[in-house]
Amino acid sequence: MTGKNRENYNKNYIAYVNSFAPATHHFKNCLRAFGVGGLICCIGQFFRYMLEYLFGLSGDELAGTVSVLLIFIGTLLTGLGVYDRIGRNAGAGSIVPITGFANSVASPAIEFKTEGWIYGLAAKMFIVAGPIIVYGVLSGTLVGIIYWFLR
Amino acid sequence: MNGHTIFFDKKPRIISTGTVAGPKECAGVVGKYVDMALSDDMFGESTYEKAECKMLTFAIQKAIENAALGEEKIDMLISGDLLNQIISASFAARDFDFPFLGVYGACSTMSESIALAAALINAGYFRKIVAATGSHFSSAERQYRYPLELGTTRPPQSQWTVTGAGGAVLAECGSHIAVTGATFGKVVDFGITDVNNMGAAMAPAACDTILTHLKDTGREPDYYDLIVTGDLGALGSRIVKDLTWEKGVDIQPNHVDCGEIVYKVIEDEFQGGSGAGCSAVVLNSYIYDKLKRREINRVLFAATGALLSTVSSGQGESIPCICHAVSIENV
Repeated sequence: MTGKNRENYNKNYIAYVNSFAPATHHFKNCLRAFGVGGLICCIGQFFRYMLEYLFGLSGDELAGTVSVLLIFIGTLLTGLGVYDRIGRNAGAGSIVPITGFANSVASPAIEFKTEGWIYGLAAKMFIVAGPIIVYGVLSGTLVGIIYWFLR
Repeated sequence: MNGHTIFFDKKPRIISTGTVAGPKECAGVVGKYVDMALSDDMFGESTYEKAECKMLTFAIQKAIENAALGEEKIDMLISGDLLNQIISASFAARDFDFPFLGVYGACSTMSESIALAAALINAGYFRKIVAATGSHFSSAERQYRYPLELGTTRPPQSQWTVTGAGGAVLAECGSHIAVTGATFGKVVDFGITDVNNMGAAMAPAACDTILTHLKDTGREPDYYDLIVTGDLGALGSRIVKDLTWEKGVDIQPNHVDCGEIVYKVIEDEFQGGSGAGCSAVVLNSYIYDKLKRREINRVLFAATGALLSTVSSGQGESIPCICHAVSIENV
């Protein structure tokens, strides 16, 4: 079997496989993501109130401190091997908040430490977060340019 | 030789096996049969790759020990694994004082190495050969997927790489378990590109080799007490039964899949086990024990392998797969 025949045969086979392959439960996953993601944001908000109340922080200072705290917690939980368990069930709920970003940097760092501090840990640290940074900066720049023209 | 199948007239024997498996695996069916059940999947090593290598070394040593042989009696080691440049096998081989033949058949390595070992013994070139392979969940995960601590969800069609290793000593005589024939598979690709759905990618290869074997030997599926596939998982097992049924062959009553039976699915294993260690551990512990006690007498062992790399899947290539079958019989 070659060419068109092969292609058709493969297409049929893939359709047959998909007809009974277990589907991802999108609704259930969304619900979990909403719950866990919301909870992480609530914790962030709690920190915000506490810092404002206890230390009188405000503005950029306040936002920065809350981020640092959440990143610290995300990294700590990654190191303790807890965050991947949360992520396995929560999906996007624990990936999207800043703690997920911390997890995506810390997890390859832990994993590749065995290959050395420079070529292992440091070089591989951004294999997951790298694309997020690249396209984050790129889309930020684009939006900035559009905003500049509109103003 | 007939078609893709060769027959071993001198019937090389499997005289002993050695197996080791991780904690998750030992909670399942193989737990009672392995030579060593690990409580710690690092096996006292500092990295997962070293642990995999140590497991493989252990399996080889144990197999030789169980045959009551000295290492000087062994003529060759045929081995391979899943890691890049088959480092576990090569590094394990440096601990031994006999020649090493590195093979790569992904998860089909066990049947490939048994087939080669049996052929070399049958031809009279060597007297005793060790065939062994293994895999480790954490080293495979890191090579093929994401870092372990990264919080991602596993898709429901995915499988769980078995942490374990198994080896067998083949010799001209010395037991009643013989390798009577082998069917070498061809590479089959039905266009599956989803790297999380190995079962669906590998099932057509298994189907092709099993059908070729039955055709070449003129046997019916019920000739075998067990037709064992490697690591198709629950989904792939269903597909291979469907595909063979479509060709007018019913393997349903005596088909069993190592991947499907290796775990009690409790957490994230979903479709079952996979990896080179999966079929190696199940064959060399559970199935070998059944053969030894003559509870079953004829087994077709058809381990399947997905011949992809992270580069090929990154470039959008589909997954070519292979399956080699060996018939193991009590004589």
